[in-house]
Amino acid sequence: MPAAAADTPLISARGISKSFAAIEVLRDVDLDLRRGEIHALLGENGAGKSTFAKILAGVHRPTRGTLSLNGEQVDINSPITAQKLGITLIHQEPISFPDLSVAENLVLGRTRGAALGRVRWAEMTREARQLMDLLGVRIDVTKPMRGLSIADQQMVEIARALASDSRLIIMDEPTAPLTPKEVETLFGIARRLRDEGRTIVFISHRLEEVRALCDRVTIFRDGNKVATEEIGNLTDGDIIRLMIGRPLREYMKKQGTSIGEVALMVDGLTLPGVFHDISFEVRKGEIVGLGGLVGAGRTDVARAIFGVVPATSGTVTIDGKAVSITDPSQAIDLGLAFVPEDRAIAGIFRTLSVEENITAAVPRRIAPGRIIRRAIEKALAQESVRKLRIRLASLRQPIGELSGGNQQKAILARWLLTDPSVLILDEPTRGIDIGVKAEFYDMIGELAAGGRAILLISSELPELLALCDRVLVMSEGRLTANIARADATQESIMSAAVPRSARQAVAA
Amino acid sequence: MSALGNLFLRREAGILVMIVLFSIAVGIARPQFLTINEFRIVLLLIPLILIGAMGEMLVIVARHVDLSIGSTQALAAIITGMMFKFLPGVPWPVGFIVAIGVGAGLGFANGVLTTLFRLPSIIVTLGTLNLYRGLTFIVSNARQVDRQYIPSDLKAMSTGAVPWIIVIAIAIAILTYWFADHTRVGRQVYALGSNPVAAPLRGIRVNAVTLMVFSISGALAGLSGIMYASRWGFVNPSNTGSGFEFQVIAAVVIGGVSINGGVGSVLGVVFGVLLLGCVSAALPLLGIPGTAQSAIYGAVIIIALLIDRSVRQRGIRALAMQRARA
Repeated sequence: MPAAAADTPLISARGISKSFAAIEVLRDVDLDLRRGEIHALLGENGAGKSTFAKILAGVHRPTRGTLSLNGEQVDINSPITAQKLGITLIHQEPISFPDLSVAENLVLGRTRGAALGRVRWAEMTREARQLMDLLGVRIDVTKPMRGLSIADQQMVEIARALASDSRLIIMDEPTAPLTPKEVETLFGIARRLRDEGRTIVFISHRLEEVRALCDRVTIFRDGNKVATEEIGNLTDGDIIRLMIGRPLREYMKKQGTSIGEVALMVDGLTLPGVFHDISFEVRKGEIVGLGGLVGAGRTDVARAIFGVVPATSGTVTIDGKAVSITDPSQAIDLGLAFVPEDRAIAGIFRTLSVEENITAAVPRRIAPGRIIRRAIEKALAQESVRKLRIRLASLRQPIGELSGGNQQKAILARWLLTDPSVLILDEPTRGIDIGVKAEFYDMIGELAAGGRAILLISSELPELLALCDRVLVMSEGRLTANIARADATQESIMSAAVPRSARQAVAA
Repeated sequence: MSALGNLFLRREAGILVMIVLFSIAVGIARPQFLTINEFRIVLLLIPLILIGAMGEMLVIVARHVDLSIGSTQALAAIITGMMFKFLPGVPWPVGFIVAIGVGAGLGFANGVLTTLFRLPSIIVTLGTLNLYRGLTFIVSNARQVDRQYIPSDLKAMSTGAVPWIIVIAIAIAILTYWFADHTRVGRQVYALGSNPVAAPLRGIRVNAVTLMVFSISGALAGLSGIMYASRWGFVNPSNTGSGFEFQVIAAVVIGGVSINGGVGSVLGVVFGVLLLGCVSAALPLLGIPGTAQSAIYGAVIIIALLIDRSVRQRGIRALAMQRARA
């Protein structure tokens, strides 16, 4: 590069838009990344920051817009092209070849050399050791990748970026699985790479980390870039406002319901290292939200109540009776239902029919005398499909063929068949279309109106605000707020959700 | 490579220990087992399996499986045998080209079905196992190619102090070792088997590599076909290659190749083949009828898998402890 180009940005994105099917997840984003800066991308889940990062790394191609590298327009059409251009994306949990050695993982995929070219083991190992020394980490490069910690695997990825002399290194939430000490090491290396003139893009939810590490920050909201600023020019309060300041959607409206007796009471629930001293109650007809950042321990609390991974201390009371639930089947018998977060992993039986999926939680109802009666199974499933307006071709079709929203409805239908008195919903609307979302909100409202107690775990603030009678907030494994509907605002929830160190900064 | 090498060496040393212990045990019961002559018998039993196992190893390391190699061997052998029968003027070394070419073509077909149509290789090759065997009957009209048609120079390759078929088998093993451990594309086979999702992201041409391993497997099965004609002096449409795939897969798995892909070494497979050869040679000496051979093979595979799993779990525990200390 000629010296004259020194103030040309490394990357110039102009008018970048991206749609998946009909949904636009990124709209008209302009962004310059300078040489030798650490640039944070911030935003709520689904705001578009990861999509933008993936476009830079050639994983996705933009629907519209152009990218320039050092002032020259480039077409980054694959991860390989990105690598050739010196752009490396480091995934949160790196993609590697677990059976191959660290050294092999470092060199694999380099483009030069013939297929039958020799692999020079000694040279490869020496080079890998040099890279590790350069990073100042102690990893035995002859060991298979399989045994490495996530932190070490990330280091190998960074080493790989250095091996191909990457000028832009994108880290997508790298710190989430790391210990504080590992985070320190990572930051030290990131700063050194910046000082060498490389550009680092850092995606994180943790404001204090962004403040500690980054020079500039770009904030995304609903697929738009809303701000790019020097980090010093923004308070944490500003950042939070920029991240969440969207108008409430009018389709969310709360039905008036009468709130009855306490259905679920949790007192002092603790699972060391995961959550501590969690106490709350949910009444009949009440929708209680549970907000907080991803990783705050909300799902773990739900899983503990449901007996998947029971808490070690604390009590759970259902309908005034103290219970001890160590297994989900007990929870079902007690009238609890839990719709888990990741339906692909924990929710659906992908290859089974819609019908079998809907009736999976009520074996006794469809099989009186232990033999499945097809007629009963079909009738129950049909009724659910009608009530929940599940769109499908046939009850016998594998559930995996349905859209995400309809899969989610089928899982909800499954749990409604158990006629639960307490319903725990974990991110019920993640990844489903806006239209189906609205239907879901109606359904959740109706269920509460019918006298069920509902605990709604959600990362979407507008959803919590619109649906819930009360909002609990968790941060770092503790309950940090219990906000009545009248007092709940995006700011009040968000400031209780950010970890303590950052919260003090907001207060200041 | 040292620590990783150690890990493999430990695994391979384990098989070597099994071979030694087995030989000593049989040798105590039947002292003639530990003679040069018996060793020769073992060596003559294994070249075909060893050659088949080299191809199968590459396929399994790539996280696929080739069940059709027995039928591929038969079809390649019968076509070569019929060429000798009906075109007696053709010089006998041409037989090698024909057998290897036919085998490579059949293997390529397996690869095309697996990659282009995204069918699981276990089903594809189960289908072609029957298809190729059926074609063997059709082209030969279900008739054997008899001794008098097999060139005597070809048959001579299986006799003598150091039979040529053993030399060829060893050469193939060395070539495979070089290919698997010291070429870029060889390492890509391991990478593909270790993580098929990551492979394309690292610029590995998954379909090309998959087609290649199936073609190699077929070509080596074809080579083993002409060597069958050399070894036994005839080609029979129903006996040739019958059960060959199971002997080969047994040897590969005993040799420490992970059925989940990504792991396996030529040395381990060579030892696996040797162990299987020792077991086969010992059966008649011990007075165990040939009819029991399949049952014994089956038992040996399962025992080897059990040993492999316990070794692997110990390895994972050791790694975890190292990490905890670090």
